[in-house]
Amino acid sequence: MSNPTHLQYSKEHEWLTAAEDGVSTVGITEHAATALGDIVYVQLPEVGTTVTAGESVGELESTKSVSDLFTPASGEIVEINQAVIDDPALVNSEPFTGAWLYKLRVTDTVELLDAAGYDAFIGA
Amino acid sequence: MSLRHTALDALHRSLGATMTDFAGWDMPLRYGSEREEHVAVRTKAGLFDLSHMGEITVSGPQAGELLDHALVGFISALGVLRARYTMICREDGGILDDLIVYRTAEDEYLVVANASNAQVVLDALTERAASFDAVVRDDRDAYALLAVQGPEANGILASLTDADLPGLKYYALLPATVADRQVWLARTGYTGEDGFEVFCAPADAEHLWTALSAAGADKGLLPCGLSCRDTLRLEAGMPLYGHELSTELTPFDAGLGRVVRFDKTSNDGQFVGRKALEQAAAEAETNPPRKLVGLVSEGRRVPRAEYAVVDAEGTVIGRITSGAPSPTLGKPIAIAYVDAANAVPGTAVAVDVRGRHEPVEVVALPFYKRAR
Repeated sequence: MSNPTHLQYSKEHEWLTAAEDGVSTVGITEHAATALGDIVYVQLPEVGTTVTAGESVGELESTKSVSDLFTPASGEIVEINQAVIDDPALVNSEPFTGAWLYKLRVTDTVELLDAAGYDAFIGA
Repeated sequence: MSLRHTALDALHRSLGATMTDFAGWDMPLRYGSEREEHVAVRTKAGLFDLSHMGEITVSGPQAGELLDHALVGFISALGVLRARYTMICREDGGILDDLIVYRTAEDEYLVVANASNAQVVLDALTERAASFDAVVRDDRDAYALLAVQGPEANGILASLTDADLPGLKYYALLPATVADRQVWLARTGYTGEDGFEVFCAPADAEHLWTALSAAGADKGLLPCGLSCRDTLRLEAGMPLYGHELSTELTPFDAGLGRVVRFDKTSNDGQFVGRKALEQAAAEAETNPPRKLVGLVSEGRRVPRAEYAVVDAEGTVIGRITSGAPSPTLGKPIAIAYVDAANAVPGTAVAVDVRGRHEPVEVVALPFYKRAR
């Protein structure tokens, strides 16, 4: 398992891209997806809502459990990934690419780690 | 308390299993995708380590009479090398555990209890044995238990044993040599598929696992964890102690009154719990309690254990005992106790999924039955 070096990571196991025109993309890490098991349902925040870094903004359901989806950043949700709602298994197969969850106009973030820091955090 | 490890612990770790604490045992939850493991058992084969199950040997001239007294089944009537699903109840009829009893000889039985209840069952059998010429022996450490389940299970076993597999019927067992090791080979399981359970010496477990894996490699066999075991038994409508069964319920409450054999002839027909169970049987006829039913959702959200079942007005009419996304049906399914008035298949009810009422339909159990 390797965590891409161009991303930043939260201790709640989300990843965040560097902002482009103020907008970042958010997903969950492969480490988190593996720990959860097969994802069967993804609930995402609605476009247009304003979220606060560190808060629960949705849910991920796996075969065995329901987990809160926390946002690593504050801001307005500008786009959500319909593909991952239609096919939640993408979270397991392409956590860092096809299974991005939402994009938001970032105003603030939680404390973030770089890939090496996140590797150390999860003991990889 | 530190977790107990099965004889296959190192092997599970080398396979990269995600482990979980199950009834005090460190057990494989899954090796890869639990969905793929589930599908492998339904379409090909799966290999399980079930060494956490609690084996108890009951032997002696009155072993059968003791079990007739201690359990609700008519165990002494069981043929040698046959098995039976049964239960052990309290005097008040409450279920202490559900069991499989294998008759291994004229005067010897192997009782297999759930890991979580093994001590309770051992203690109850020991206490109930007092006036019988029979010995109750804790054999939890004497056996490892492997299961091979799925349509390819027969072919996989056939390549490793000369035992008469065509003659080994469902719920029967044989002393057999599998991959040069002496085992008890039983045609039992908890998946709704054809398959085998292999009781072996712990020292032989790794050899047998490796041999079964190799024999199944070109037949699509996957190592399978407890996560898919749970979804497999759920689809097959099989109860799990602590979910569908508890000391608060009698076998009649659970819709399993058929396991209670009032027609036993041994011990003058007396057995632990008889009086309370007769009452429970009569009540089930005249004033049915909540019924155990299946629920199928057309939505995506999963109805899970302890969620409330509600009617159109939002009134609570039942409670979910087990729920999961069903890989075979492609929909979320659940087992629930619901009021008799709402228990008819086809009834539209809803499940309170964390505040939102998700529509579900009542269906008859099981959700899945294999084609024979």
